[in-house]
Amino acid sequence: MEIYLPIAEMPVDMFLILGMGVAVGFVSGMFGIGGGFLLTPLLIFVGIPAAVAVATQGPQIAASSMTGSLAYWRRRAIDFKLAYVLLAGGLVGTLLGVLFFNQMRRVGQLDTVITLSYVVLMGTVGTLVTWESVKAALRKKDKSAPVRIAGRHRWFEGLPLKMRFHRAGIYVSAIPLVGVALLIGFAGAVLGIGGGFILVPALIYIFRVPANVVVGTSLFQILFTMVAATIFHSATNQSVDLFLALLLMVGGVFGAQFGARAGANLRGEYFRLMLGLLILIVAVRFATDVFTPPREAFSATQTETVR
Amino acid sequence: MMARVAALIAACLLALLAATPSQAQSLVATLSTENVPILSNFTGERIAVFGVIEPGQSVRPKDGYDIVVTVRGPRGAVTVRRKEQWGLMWLNLDARRYIAIPAFISILSNRPLNRIAQAEVRDDLRIGVDALIPPQAASRGANDPVFRNALQRIRRQQGLFLEGDTKVRFITPTIFRADIDLPGAVPLGAYDVEVALFSDGALAARTNLKFSVSKDAVEQWVAEAAHRSPILYGAATSLIALLIGWLASVIFRRD
Repeated sequence: MEIYLPIAEMPVDMFLILGMGVAVGFVSGMFGIGGGFLLTPLLIFVGIPAAVAVATQGPQIAASSMTGSLAYWRRRAIDFKLAYVLLAGGLVGTLLGVLFFNQMRRVGQLDTVITLSYVVLMGTVGTLVTWESVKAALRKKDKSAPVRIAGRHRWFEGLPLKMRFHRAGIYVSAIPLVGVALLIGFAGAVLGIGGGFILVPALIYIFRVPANVVVGTSLFQILFTMVAATIFHSATNQSVDLFLALLLMVGGVFGAQFGARAGANLRGEYFRLMLGLLILIVAVRFATDVFTPPREAFSATQTETVR
Repeated sequence: MMARVAALIAACLLALLAATPSQAQSLVATLSTENVPILSNFTGERIAVFGVIEPGQSVRPKDGYDIVVTVRGPRGAVTVRRKEQWGLMWLNLDARRYIAIPAFISILSNRPLNRIAQAEVRDDLRIGVDALIPPQAASRGANDPVFRNALQRIRRQQGLFLEGDTKVRFITPTIFRADIDLPGAVPLGAYDVEVALFSDGALAARTNLKFSVSKDAVEQWVAEAAHRSPILYGAATSLIALLIGWLASVIFRRD
């Protein structure tokens, strides 16, 4: 059944979009991530304009992180103080990201920027996560976070503005936390991703936040940055498609429920290995776009219409 | 249904023609609709053009009459980009900007255009896809045939530039019908339809019609809201998202 999207101004197969929502929802429920990094490329490959695909991720990820946050909140697995500190960086990053997005769109290089960023970001994160999990599997140790080695200090541990986060059980400077959140917020607004797949490993590997609070805190932070992204994108480029978002949300919430159940039976390092490989697949898919000669070298975009 | 409408319109046209005494050849045409609403289940639309040729006192051409229907969508600016190799990568490095390019072009005729009239005649009358893309005076290098051809090729693949040399059918030697097929991703706006009558390779008569493509109630309302009060639209969309997220957690709650 076809449905006409009012902002994208094109008809799409309703069940295809719903199905994509379910599939990505399943993956996101399984790994506790937003799934934007899968959904945005899928929408672009289906023919949705890149600008609409990215901007419409906002409400979709907000909906799925709302469901997730509520579940973790009930289990008291959110460090609110940590989330607010991250949010301060995340909001600034999101605003800067939307401004950059609009500028690139004006210059006509948005598609290139999205493609290249996916290759670099996904390639790096995918490789790191895969490598970590392979190492962990080889060591035959089942630990969710690396042990802290006494006497070894990281460069950022000397920074001022140190804060204590009780539920997360860490004592670190707010500066690197805000910095990481700012970068992720920026990437999120430009690429249509929540950034959970970067924030979660960053909090675990860099800041040693225990695994039991990391996902809830990350989801809670992403919920607010995605609401901000939705409003910023709507206000500046009017590319948020309500109908497309509704289809994705409905598909996504169903898929996430089944994904969460499937994810509960997975072991730690296999779980991360699968996530790493999944991210690498997306990176490779985009890399082939950039590194192989295109079948059609030309593209045409309508920039203005007299109606 | 369509056939009945066709017969009815044709009868009206004939009655109209009978009432107007004419000396030379003339042409009367009409469209099956003047407004195409885009509803949520819109996947494309077919508009019929009906027309009657009144030969007048002139001699009937030996090959019969020829009809060319030119449909032109709203015009706008288009940027054509070319991917070029840069180190190991292929990036959009070269671009040309085109102005006043119709977002939709459909040329319908009863036989191939080159058999209807000479190329010079067609260019003069601006008949054919290439003739409808105006030479670009302002933009440097835009007349580069590689880019011009690429623009046409891409739009043809998207189904936005069409040529149908069998799409005009003569019901009788002087009554014809043509079907304009609009794709699902048809651009919104005002469309011009020009019906041209050719007799022995020369233009004998011409008439212009109009129709418009616009979004229907709900789609229009959503699109307007997004443009008129963008912040409110963003806030409302977020609120709906949070509500759906909350509903899901209530429905699927396990503990």
